[in-house]
Amino acid sequence: MQNLLNALQWGSFYSLIALGYCLVYGVLLLINFAHGDIFMVGAYIAFYVCMLFLGKFGFIPGMPGWLVLALAVPLTMLLTAVVGVTLERVAYRPLRRKGVNRLYVVITALMCGLILENGNLALLGASRKSFPTLLPTKVFDVFGVTVTNIKLMVIGVAIFSFLLLHFIVTRTKIGMAMRAISYDRFAVPLMGIPADTVIVFTFVLGSGFAGLAGLFFAMTYPVIDPYMGALIGWKAFIAAVVGGIGSIAGAFAGGFLLGFVEIMVVAFFPSTFRDLIAFSILLLILSIRPTGLFGVARRTKI
Amino acid sequence: MALLEVNEMTQYFGGLCAVSEFSVALDEGQMVALIGPNGAGKTTVFNLVSGFYKPTRGEILFKGQSIKGLKPHQVTARGIARTFQNIRLWFDMTVLDNIRIAQHHALGYGLLDCFLRTPRYMQRERDIEDHAMELLSRLGLGEVAHEFPKNLPYGVQRLVEIARALSTRPALLMLDEPAAGLNSSDVEGLIKLIADIHKDFGLAIWMIEHQMDVVMSLCSWIKVIDFGATIAEGSPEEIQNNPEVIKAYLGDDTI
Amino acid sequence: MKRLTVPALLALLLAVLLWACMSGALNAYWQSVILFMGVNIILSSSLNIINGNMGEFSCGHAGFMAVGAYVSSLLSVALFTKSAVFGEPLLSPDLAVWLFPLVLLAGALAASVVGLLVAIPSFKTRGDYLAIITIAAAYIVKSTIENIGVIGGARGFMGMGGVMNAMTATANLPWIMIWVFVGTVFSVWLIRRFIYSTFGKGVDAISQDEIAAEIMSVDTDRVKLVAFMVSCGLAGLAGGLFAHILGYVNPGTFTILKSTEIMVMVYLGGMGSLSGSVLAAILMTLLIEYLRDAFGYINTFLHYISVIPDSYEVTQVWKWVLIPLLLVLLMQFRPEGIMGRRELADVFPGLRKFYKFKG
Repeated sequence: MQNLLNALQWGSFYSLIALGYCLVYGVLLLINFAHGDIFMVGAYIAFYVCMLFLGKFGFIPGMPGWLVLALAVPLTMLLTAVVGVTLERVAYRPLRRKGVNRLYVVITALMCGLILENGNLALLGASRKSFPTLLPTKVFDVFGVTVTNIKLMVIGVAIFSFLLLHFIVTRTKIGMAMRAISYDRFAVPLMGIPADTVIVFTFVLGSGFAGLAGLFFAMTYPVIDPYMGALIGWKAFIAAVVGGIGSIAGAFAGGFLLGFVEIMVVAFFPSTFRDLIAFSILLLILSIRPTGLFGVARRTKI
Repeated sequence: MALLEVNEMTQYFGGLCAVSEFSVALDEGQMVALIGPNGAGKTTVFNLVSGFYKPTRGEILFKGQSIKGLKPHQVTARGIARTFQNIRLWFDMTVLDNIRIAQHHALGYGLLDCFLRTPRYMQRERDIEDHAMELLSRLGLGEVAHEFPKNLPYGVQRLVEIARALSTRPALLMLDEPAAGLNSSDVEGLIKLIADIHKDFGLAIWMIEHQMDVVMSLCSWIKVIDFGATIAEGSPEEIQNNPEVIKAYLGDDTI
Repeated sequence: MKRLTVPALLALLLAVLLWACMSGALNAYWQSVILFMGVNIILSSSLNIINGNMGEFSCGHAGFMAVGAYVSSLLSVALFTKSAVFGEPLLSPDLAVWLFPLVLLAGALAASVVGLLVAIPSFKTRGDYLAIITIAAAYIVKSTIENIGVIGGARGFMGMGGVMNAMTATANLPWIMIWVFVGTVFSVWLIRRFIYSTFGKGVDAISQDEIAAEIMSVDTDRVKLVAFMVSCGLAGLAGGLFAHILGYVNPGTFTILKSTEIMVMVYLGGMGSLSGSVLAAILMTLLIEYLRDAFGYINTFLHYISVIPDSYEVTQVWKWVLIPLLLVLLMQFRPEGIMGRRELADVFPGLRKFYKFKG
């Protein structure tokens, strides 16, 4: 039972990040390999934002923890979104304009991730930073299961984000435009839809939620380091692929599924096996069902 | 025995019936056409026969043996070659290489031969190249053998594609709209070329074509499909006057 | 005459290298630079088969290198030296000189078998998805090694220095230089023969139009399988040499950063250009070595002109910012690399005089 709750919590992180992969892939058919590192940058931004409001740098008086959290959520999302959009503008868009092979964009994405990761490492050093406690941890005891308020909040945020994104993509005009671009990127501008704006919006959404995940991850495991994004990013990607990349519900379900699998593995094997098994599952699923559990194959026409 | 025999071949994509109970029998050396309005399922028929899709139901016999469920390259090795509606050459390789690669099924050597350059490898590579050059000069393409297809005019690319299909030494050649995108003088040349190929190589040719002058001057038998179902078949004269065909092409009102 | 020019030149080069090593004209540092150059040439030209000729995107090459490194190291240590893990040598250390190529070959074979992990999924998936699979495969390899305690786990495995000593005891020659040289020439030779054959050109056909390839008689599954196995096998060979140059191996070496380094070489050289890969490997090795020193100078200089605070030091980490940045810029401005799809002989037709280009 305790395991189940932990699984839900990990699943929430994976889901939040996987949603970002999924949004960008759904629109551009591009795997944004830098997404895991955007998550990491999000955690760092959250760290500095919180330190600022807590008065650690001196020029803003300290505020109570709950207020800091309330301010940090939108600010982190916004600043992380700026990072994501910058990547899009500087690295991806010029390539898209030139109409080059998609492979080049994928390589660029992967390299941008490495630059973020190592740039951060080079600038801030390898030392881990411990995240300040914003809310006092409250522990509830329900039927012998330990529940903390942060855990509940994380799970709640993940579910809320999923519902919000699902609403945006299926019910709003801009969501419709996003889906249109993924069907035919060349016809969309001809129909008078500002494709670039829609793409930027997609990156804002995806990176914003990565930033949110970064903030909550940092609150739960109050240590951040430059390499935290790489592995969790890959795993969130596994989640997105397992669910069928491009399908929002798939990414959400895949995230929780991966959370469960990992917690179960740790329950029965040494914890060093966790990544090994997670990656093996990915390999297996992709070999058997290349489009993931919820994905639909695109038919090639000849 | 017919060279190619297709019996009640049916293909569903999801709930959509793309080809329904399609049957045809082609004899050796015959030249026939498959026509029908856009979206009628003609290319799907070709895709099914060449192994790109596996039919939901029905059987396909070639030279008396079932080829249903074989992979495309295995079908090609059995002797069915095809061209594509939208030219699909390997554009960044020389014309000669294009023709050489299409003999992959008949390499006759393995990886070790290739590393060690055994006499067998050298002999086969020479044969492959000779065969390719012979075909190219036969189709009047000898001069462009070392050019890249991307730099060639559209009409020449079409010819290269036919040459590539021929290099697999087929018994049945399927041409998917060979005259698409050609101007009228090119079309005349193409008609003559197809007639020559048909005579010289002794092949059966099966073509999808929209230009009626090509079909009428070359084919002895025509099959018309619409919405995946056969609506008429017969000699060119019969087809020209068939009310079902006119309806399918022009709609109900004009009758 | 034509056929002999290249072998003669290579033999001469080897002789010069050996003389330089033995007479001390090349110090240990430059010797190691040349050795890594050889290993990098093998790595980049073998990855080029997949990332260049086949147009796929494999970023797990370091994983296969790790397989080769571990298998050949374990074998050579077990066979020729006395070690804590395996005890007494199984064979006489005198045999090391003769059997070492077989040990390397075993590592290469093991790597090409592990290559199946990637090759089989490649039948159905391609592009981005296959990229993930290669990364996953590399992680699986690394994680597996880390979880096997007997061979040192995450701490690494050592003892290959003893093997090299055993060889020197048999005959006093710079053996590792000989093996790296032979391995490099062998790899490039093998790859050249493969990609120029009609069989190997099937790989290019798959990259340019896979559907057309499959329908026009190319057994795409088989060609992919062979290409992946050749490429991964040669990565394993490079790994084996790499391990014996260093004398120890550590799973931490074979991360995605190592794969990235190899990828940069491939794309810098030009996708699908063998001579480009070789050239780029040479250039990159020199560049990386140069950067190692340069950061020290940059650090001093920046402190001198007080651009950065005293508390901050410019370190090697910047290498991993610069290398990916180089690749990003390359993709933006010259995605076809130095050579594009061309070979040296296309750029300088005069070279054709010296070797037979085909057949």
